[in-house]
Amino acid sequence: MENEGTVGLDCNFELKEVQKLEGHTDRVWGLAWNPVTGLAGVPSVLASCSGDKTVRIWQQAAATGSWECKAVLDETHTRTVRSCAWSPSGKMLATASFDATTAIWENVGDDFECVATLEGHENEVKSVCWNSSGSLLATCGRDKSVWIWEVQPGHEFECVSVLQGHTQDVKMVLWHPSIDLLVSVSYDNTIKIWAEDGESDDWHCVQTLGDSFSGHSSTVWAVSFNSTGDKMVTCSDDLTLKIWDTSLDLTASGSDSSGLWRHLCTLSGYHDRTIFSVHWSRDGVIASGAGDDTIRLFKEIPSDVHLQVNGPSYNMICKKEKVHSMDVNSVQWHPKVPTILASASDDGYIKIWELKAIS
Amino acid sequence: MVSGLINANPVVYEKKERRVRSQPADKDEYAVEPIDQQEIFDHVRDIKDPEHPYSLEELKVVSEDAIELDDEHNYVRITFTPTVEHCSMATVIGLCLRVKLMRSLPSRYKVDIRVAPGTHATEAAVNKQLNDKERVAAALENPNLVEMVDECLAPTYE
Repeated sequence: MENEGTVGLDCNFELKEVQKLEGHTDRVWGLAWNPVTGLAGVPSVLASCSGDKTVRIWQQAAATGSWECKAVLDETHTRTVRSCAWSPSGKMLATASFDATTAIWENVGDDFECVATLEGHENEVKSVCWNSSGSLLATCGRDKSVWIWEVQPGHEFECVSVLQGHTQDVKMVLWHPSIDLLVSVSYDNTIKIWAEDGESDDWHCVQTLGDSFSGHSSTVWAVSFNSTGDKMVTCSDDLTLKIWDTSLDLTASGSDSSGLWRHLCTLSGYHDRTIFSVHWSRDGVIASGAGDDTIRLFKEIPSDVHLQVNGPSYNMICKKEKVHSMDVNSVQWHPKVPTILASASDDGYIKIWELKAIS
Repeated sequence: MVSGLINANPVVYEKKERRVRSQPADKDEYAVEPIDQQEIFDHVRDIKDPEHPYSLEELKVVSEDAIELDDEHNYVRITFTPTVEHCSMATVIGLCLRVKLMRSLPSRYKVDIRVAPGTHATEAAVNKQLNDKERVAAALENPNLVEMVDECLAPTYE
């Protein structure tokens, strides 16, 4: 069953620009907030990665609240750095590059040291992600495969599985927020769910969300889970966002991952160009960033359960045009302060935004 | 390797006469000039075909009519016609068009490149690749490919 999102009935929020971060000398592809910062006196830390082959670490100064570049991680990757991800402890940063490697960096005081380099992909690595416990890492790339690595003591990483199944370039991988379930999205227009077979410790594809599931009709660029992990949102070159939910019982320990995902809702008619990034905040706000230089925010319409014949639907609560002078490649909500959003663009800049209710 | 040119005997057309742009006398030098179809065509007409010593205009791979433009909304779409249906150089030609426009147009422009419908065996696949900016970015980090593209673009800078 499909629900078309209704257009702007509830647009009483605005995004106010807090600061523009300059420094990268080429397009900025990805962003990652350090998950253990931004609370209890610990200044917020943000990592960004770029076509200039470097990763920059930005920190908010406690005294002024203004953002500064704390470190530049260079002379390691020899090509575009496409994606970066902090470990759940916030102590390590993984960076995925077109040079076919994934580098692991450790934060030692004010410095970052490359402590490991993961090789194996045949060509460009496009995404890297740590699972919720920090025991596993997943990577994916243009070679159509998804790799799962086990994090071992002494900065050792062992590849435990190479997952084949996608028929084209894999754009992004993301671990579920609480269980060891992995999602991958691809140029082959599908979304795949991967889980470990409890008995044999073998990873395999438990579901493919394609045509038969009301899937996307072009490249799927990104995916994001809501905070409870019972819903996910994907964005695509087909100009839509799709919401999915699951019948999985996520509370049961040793959860059986065979619960299937189903299509809940398609949001179309909003963006005019490829939607490159989507991120679901702790407060339930979905942010999307696209090739039309726009950021849009959506929220689920609370509805009377009795009237919920077609399931929940979503309203656009804010539209901000020309947020950058070129494509928006990444949008990421702050992990602790749910009204703060960061965006990255082809224009080489990163912007920090604050969500405010229009009075 | 025996000469394996995809299209050993392309049809070569006459080049269209080039109109000289006239300057209005009271031109405000600070005004932003709108970009038009002819300007876009002028950027790409002299791109050399990767396989033959002829320009894309001479081979009728691109023409002024195949350029759709909305200057107000910063949008351009170029439709090009490969010389043969199974042309494996289609993606290279598309890449050349993209790179030339990237270097010539203001960065606010959104550019779509596609093969003329019905003129290529794997039309959808070629179009998808040419319009995936991540694939284009990665391709442009390949020195061999960049060299080939630069060679095709050289005549356009004279």
